Amino acid sequence: MSGATERHTIVALVQDQPGVLNRVSSLFRRRGFNIASLAVGQSEQPNLSRMTFVVEGDIATMEQVTKQLNKLIEVIKVSELVEEEIVAREVALIKVRATPTTRSEIIQLVNIFRANIVDVGPQSLIIEITSGEDKIDAMYNLLRPFGIREVMRTGRIAMARSASETRAERPRGDTPTPTKNGAEHEQTQVPYG
Amino acid sequence: MKLTGAQIVCESLLRENVDVVFGIPGGAILPLYGAMPEYPQLRHILVRHEQAAAMAADGYARVTGKAGVCMATSGPGATNLVTGIASAQMDSIPIVAITGQVPRAAIGKDAFQETDMTGITLPVTKHNYLVMSAAEIPQAIKDAFYIANTGRPGPVLIDIPKDVLLNDEAEFSYPDDVDLPGYKPTMDGHPSQIQKAAQLIAEAKRPIILAGHGIIISRAYQEVLELAERAQIPVVTTLLGISSFPSEHFLNVGMPGMHGMAYASMAINESDLLISLGMRFDDRVTGRLSDFAPNAKVVHIDVDPSEISKNVKATVPIVGDLKRVLQALLPHVEPAVHAEWVQQVEDMRVEHPSHRIRETDKLLPQYILRTLSDVTDGNALVVTGVGQHQMWAAQHCRFKNPNSLITSGGLGAMGFEVPAAMGAKVGAPDKVVWSIAGDGGFQMTLCDLATCAENNIAVKFAIMNNGYLGMVRQWQDFFYNKVYTATSYSANPDFVKLAEAYGIPGIRVTDKSQVESSIRQAMMEPGPVVVDFLVEPEENVFPMIPAGESLSEMLEEPDQVPAFQASNEGIAT
Repeated sequence: MSGATERHTIVALVQDQPGVLNRVSSLFRRRGFNIASLAVGQSEQPNLSRMTFVVEGDIATMEQVTKQLNKLIEVIKVSELVEEEIVAREVALIKVRATPTTRSEIIQLVNIFRANIVDVGPQSLIIEITSGEDKIDAMYNLLRPFGIREVMRTGRIAMARSASETRAERPRGDTPTPTKNGAEHEQTQVPYG
Repeated sequence: MKLTGAQIVCESLLRENVDVVFGIPGGAILPLYGAMPEYPQLRHILVRHEQAAAMAADGYARVTGKAGVCMATSGPGATNLVTGIASAQMDSIPIVAITGQVPRAAIGKDAFQETDMTGITLPVTKHNYLVMSAAEIPQAIKDAFYIANTGRPGPVLIDIPKDVLLNDEAEFSYPDDVDLPGYKPTMDGHPSQIQKAAQLIAEAKRPIILAGHGIIISRAYQEVLELAERAQIPVVTTLLGISSFPSEHFLNVGMPGMHGMAYASMAINESDLLISLGMRFDDRVTGRLSDFAPNAKVVHIDVDPSEISKNVKATVPIVGDLKRVLQALLPHVEPAVHAEWVQQVEDMRVEHPSHRIRETDKLLPQYILRTLSDVTDGNALVVTGVGQHQMWAAQHCRFKNPNSLITSGGLGAMGFEVPAAMGAKVGAPDKVVWSIAGDGGFQMTLCDLATCAENNIAVKFAIMNNGYLGMVRQWQDFFYNKVYTATSYSANPDFVKLAEAYGIPGIRVTDKSQVESSIRQAMMEPGPVVVDFLVEPEENVFPMIPAGESLSEMLEEPDQVPAFQASNEGIAT
């Protein structure tokens, strides 16, 4: 398996049942797939959740990731999204040291990044930023000189743009659309013929 | 009327046409055993170790095509099933394992005999369930059997807390349909892909069919035979594909790979088209992937999309049930003659006769297996353990009927031979079932001789007794400077006396001249028999392609080993 290692975004619709997250994470661990982030939440359909994965690997690895995910009984649908055709966001909470002398400078940065200050303490601020990963990284790097106390990031969530819902899903030539539930195999011993 | 969880399990199993279950009771599953006398149609076979329950269910499933069922109590009972479940997962065998769990209120409290069975079996089952109320049992069992039997078959475990079995009650009605929105195996191949495959077959000059276990699972013998004959394509059978194609057919080239026939591996090497049917390019088949079939395009047909292009890139992938795909493919396949190619393969067979057994008065296991095959006229069901005897059986047994070799191929679980043969005999009581064992593997599961004796399960056990863990010793011989650590069984029991202790006749064979008569004598016995063959102790399996190597590193004969060792100083395989 060769090819360039890149980050890929995969979205899976899964049944909301106990243990489903364990099945998915166990699969990634066992097969040695390199997961950069994983975010889970309710979907628009009752009892179904949506998971967004960012996975590192080449095209052949991504093919295995989507196929292996599809094999899990509780996974309803798996789509690999094309980067240019999606809206992707991540939320980060950043607790940064803020003294009376640095506070206004931090507030300026927050405004430039269109982030929010969601908590103010005597020695620190909590900043909430919803954005792409690069912008969060940029903000993080600018805040670092002030003294970062704590960071919490949700991992990417992603959705295909309305205009490109079908285009955004990477086609898989060799995995035909599944048909209806297959009939059970014949259960009789038959001769070679 | 409301039924208890235990009654609901029994009712549901009957709805799935279960007639036999293999198991051992214990605290957490006792309520289920308590209900069983109300359901005499469910025959319970009490085994002596839970591993045997899972492996017997495996053997039963392979011969009947129905899911085999095993049961165990929570904790150690359930964990003992795991090796058998893992073997079934690797070999795509439908089994349903039902385990008792500690009562709901005790789960997560490290209660006595509590283990997280859904957690433990998660990577070695196709799916599993922890059922938390009696009302959920019917749907879980319905879905479990459906998942186990369809698509690429596999094991499913259902874990049920004791109090759900004992105290919890529900109205029983068995569902007509499964509730599995995320499970829809692709059964029919894509028509345009099938066209492309037919095109490649028409263009091929040196095609090979790689016949795998999928042929047996989908019972596609007739279709494969038709394909091979119509386009005159030599057939190479993987370990689990043996008996998917008649052994004596002139197009059958035998098993390839690590211990396969040299000419089968050579044919793959020379081929310009591999038609891979229900097989998964295991490393024992391919060796080093970069050197595997360098000139071949690949048509890969498998029901599991994740197997396609996992190890070997498919030129034309087709996902679907093999029988249905081949039925759709055959009308597009033009009759062809590949006389030159077939002759080329035949020449390789003549020049590299790895199927030949050397002339000697010594008691060779190869000779025993060939004789056994001859005496049974290729009609026996052969169940093997894992190791040298397994490879010799694969090399030297001939089969007239499909689905006649049962072996733990993927997991390679020693000890499989005793319980799997037992399950196979229960599933096919009219068949002659020979269990081929090594003295190592046999001692891992021989406690279930008692089960055979108790239930008169007439398996014929043949032990290729060399007093060694033979295959491990062979690796030490070839790759670990002949440092034979921990592979000698210097204090084996007297297997004849041991058999007699179990109430089973035992026969000892020490000389080549006794082989045929002892096999005949064993088959005259109405019940189980143990035949202890004291074989040539230091015989090795040839040919051998060392792990991770390719055809050019094949050791065809013993005299090639020293040269290989000299050029691979410090090899770690």
